[in-house]
Amino acid sequence: MSILKPDFIRPVGIGAVIFAALAFLPSLVDSYYMSLAISIVSFAVLATAWSMFSGPTRYISLATVVFFGIGAYTVAVLGEVLTFPLVLVCAGLAGTVIALLVGFSTLRLAGVYFVIFTFGLTELVRQVVSWYEVNVTREMGRYVFLDITQNDIYWQLLALFAVLLLTGFILGRSRLGFALRIIGEDETVAKHCGIDVTRVKVALFVLSALFMTLTGAIMAPRWTYIDPVIAFNPMLSFQVVIMALLGGPRRLLGPLLGVIPLTLLFEVLTASFPNHFSIQLGCVFMVIVYLLPGGVVGLYEKYRAPKKRVLATDQNAKTGGSTA
Amino acid sequence: MNTEILLSISGLHKAFGGLIAVNQMQFDVHQGEILGLLGPNGSGKTTVMNLISGALQANDGKVVISGKNITNLPAHKISHSGIARTFQLVRVLPDLDCVENIEAGLAYRTKPLWGDAAHAAALELLDRIGLAKQAHTPAGDLTYIDQKRLELGRALALQPKLLLLDEWLAGLNPSELQDGIALVRKLKNEGLTIIMVEHVMDAIRSLCDRCVVMNAGAKIADGTPDEVLSDPEVVRAYLGDSHA
Repeated sequence: MSILKPDFIRPVGIGAVIFAALAFLPSLVDSYYMSLAISIVSFAVLATAWSMFSGPTRYISLATVVFFGIGAYTVAVLGEVLTFPLVLVCAGLAGTVIALLVGFSTLRLAGVYFVIFTFGLTELVRQVVSWYEVNVTREMGRYVFLDITQNDIYWQLLALFAVLLLTGFILGRSRLGFALRIIGEDETVAKHCGIDVTRVKVALFVLSALFMTLTGAIMAPRWTYIDPVIAFNPMLSFQVVIMALLGGPRRLLGPLLGVIPLTLLFEVLTASFPNHFSIQLGCVFMVIVYLLPGGVVGLYEKYRAPKKRVLATDQNAKTGGSTA
Repeated sequence: MNTEILLSISGLHKAFGGLIAVNQMQFDVHQGEILGLLGPNGSGKTTVMNLISGALQANDGKVVISGKNITNLPAHKISHSGIARTFQLVRVLPDLDCVENIEAGLAYRTKPLWGDAAHAAALELLDRIGLAKQAHTPAGDLTYIDQKRLELGRALALQPKLLLLDEWLAGLNPSELQDGIALVRKLKNEGLTIIMVEHVMDAIRSLCDRCVVMNAGAKIADGTPDEVLSDPEVVRAYLGDSHA
């Protein structure tokens, strides 16, 4: 891989500087803004991870919260037994195993069947966890009392996001990433080019799920109390899809452009109209689909003149320099 | 002619529900020859191509290339065993540019190329198929003939032993057709073995060493183009009883 070329070092260097600067945020703002920052970074990880798989393949997954919830539950169960880094490892393993099972059993499904399956999966996992809690542990809901501060959560999420962006950046220039783009363009052609499409799709699905699981695990201590309804709330999956679509799921930094405005919007909406949140979410969804089918990134590319195509990796590098 | 058998098909059978699309097909393809696969519309030619390339799974029968049984392997494995194809309805990767379309063929073959090596090889191949100037044009913006060239280029990038052309010359105007025929002949001279499904008689007569004619899923003739085209059974299949 072209790891030592300037077009690799420059965006990565700029990214590193920005992330280093962001790490000092806790010493600059009060806890309300820290809580907002945590929301933004956690949605940024989820939407970027979602786009890593769903952007190129165009498989709309509503299973985000399945992995997020598995991560959160792993912390609730193991948080007081193991040290936190070990808990994160366990959460990652659990997410990976579930993602492998789901991947191999569903990624042969296409289009709307996949969407429905992933949505159904959320309900299934929630019901199974509820059943287990009611019939085996005989206690619905768990407390998460860990010695982890809000700032710790922020730093962990920030580090996770940095790792995710770096992974996505490397992926964008790798054979695996290119294979995923070919599959998104035409799966039949991909097969006849010698690509094992099932393996590629499962690999990316698992990778994406791993980041979602870790986000759930890192976020868990923030709640102190979780039960299946909180941890596996399907609303989260929809929010992530909307954010990624608004930003533009086919560019590495596209989702971020949707995450920032929508997290702020949702913050205002939940504060001002707590009872109408679902309706407003639906309206936002429709507006985005009708007015911005290519997302913010698509809008930018449409009005940027003259239209000149460059390789997608160059594109990433460019947006990486200007918007990160 | 070299008589070594490259591809051997025997007892190939495929049914879609009650419809038997391919019925006990049997033929061999020799190293270095161009085999024409002919027959009226709906006679099962494209299904045979799909069965060879792994796009469809056969119900019965055997496909063997260079002594290796590839029956019902997944398409990517068949591609790795040296078979590349084009599609009846041209399939390029529309949002990717021409270089990337060729790289798709280079990056996942048995001896893959990636990075600068793939880029250079792709440009060289584009030059060979006459698309050097469009290297950075998205494939979806190309004209029909250029998309066909690009699709052929992607197939060639796989460095196949056997190339399957499914009506690759269809829909071309007379001068494009002459270019197309010249290009296929050049490939044959470079030693490539080709199976072509084709309706264009000029192309069949000037290119094919041998033809297999199908009707209603079964083979009805096998021989040189002149032999099969004058075969009463073939004439009947195309034109009906009164012309035979």
